[in-house]
Amino acid sequence: MIALIDRAIDVAAVRRAVDDPGCGAVLVFEGVARDHCDGRRVLSLSYEGWPAMAEATLHAIADEVRGQWPGARIALVHRTGEVAVGEPSVVIAVATPHRAACYEASRYAIEALKARLPVWKQEIYEDGSAWKANAPTGPER
Amino acid sequence: MRVTLLWFAALRERRGVASEVMYVPEGTTLAALYARCIPDDRIPVAHVRNQRVCAPDERVADGDEVAFLPPLGGG
Repeated sequence: MIALIDRAIDVAAVRRAVDDPGCGAVLVFEGVARDHCDGRRVLSLSYEGWPAMAEATLHAIADEVRGQWPGARIALVHRTGEVAVGEPSVVIAVATPHRAACYEASRYAIEALKARLPVWKQEIYEDGSAWKANAPTGPER
Repeated sequence: MRVTLLWFAALRERRGVASEVMYVPEGTTLAALYARCIPDDRIPVAHVRNQRVCAPDERVADGDEVAFLPPLGGG
């Protein structure tokens, strides 16, 4: 399951997509809309994507994960449109034979997605909105 | 030469359309095309030609689909 969709993400379905009796480790990462940024209260997030290139990019990232961590299974779903605080905007499920690879692959996938996926995020405030870019590198805030 | 331009996020708002067709002279580079559309912009964009990130000095060809991506915000 690799997709850019414009409705709520079914997290359980993303998890099920990586079911594999040969995998002893499964991680489900959810990127969730947060209620604040830089001291401002955020009411919701609004995502815009370039569907054709986004899906190609998601498939490329999935191929990289499968190539780098043998036996890995991965599902990647990103959402567009308005996402309420507490709801996931992205869900990544990874399954691998052993746990170490699972953590590595999951982290690789979200960092690659944030750096390369043609998707843009607008924060909606009580008194306006702003386009917010991902930090290219450096510590998380 | 006929090129199709795609605009997203802040640049879509700035340009006022999500896509448009433009006719440009032979030899036009991606950077020149961007400067023509967004004359005084300071946003660092990725230059994309037919869904591939390219150097700004790459020349466009007839029938190309071109996009200039503002900083990404997925995740």
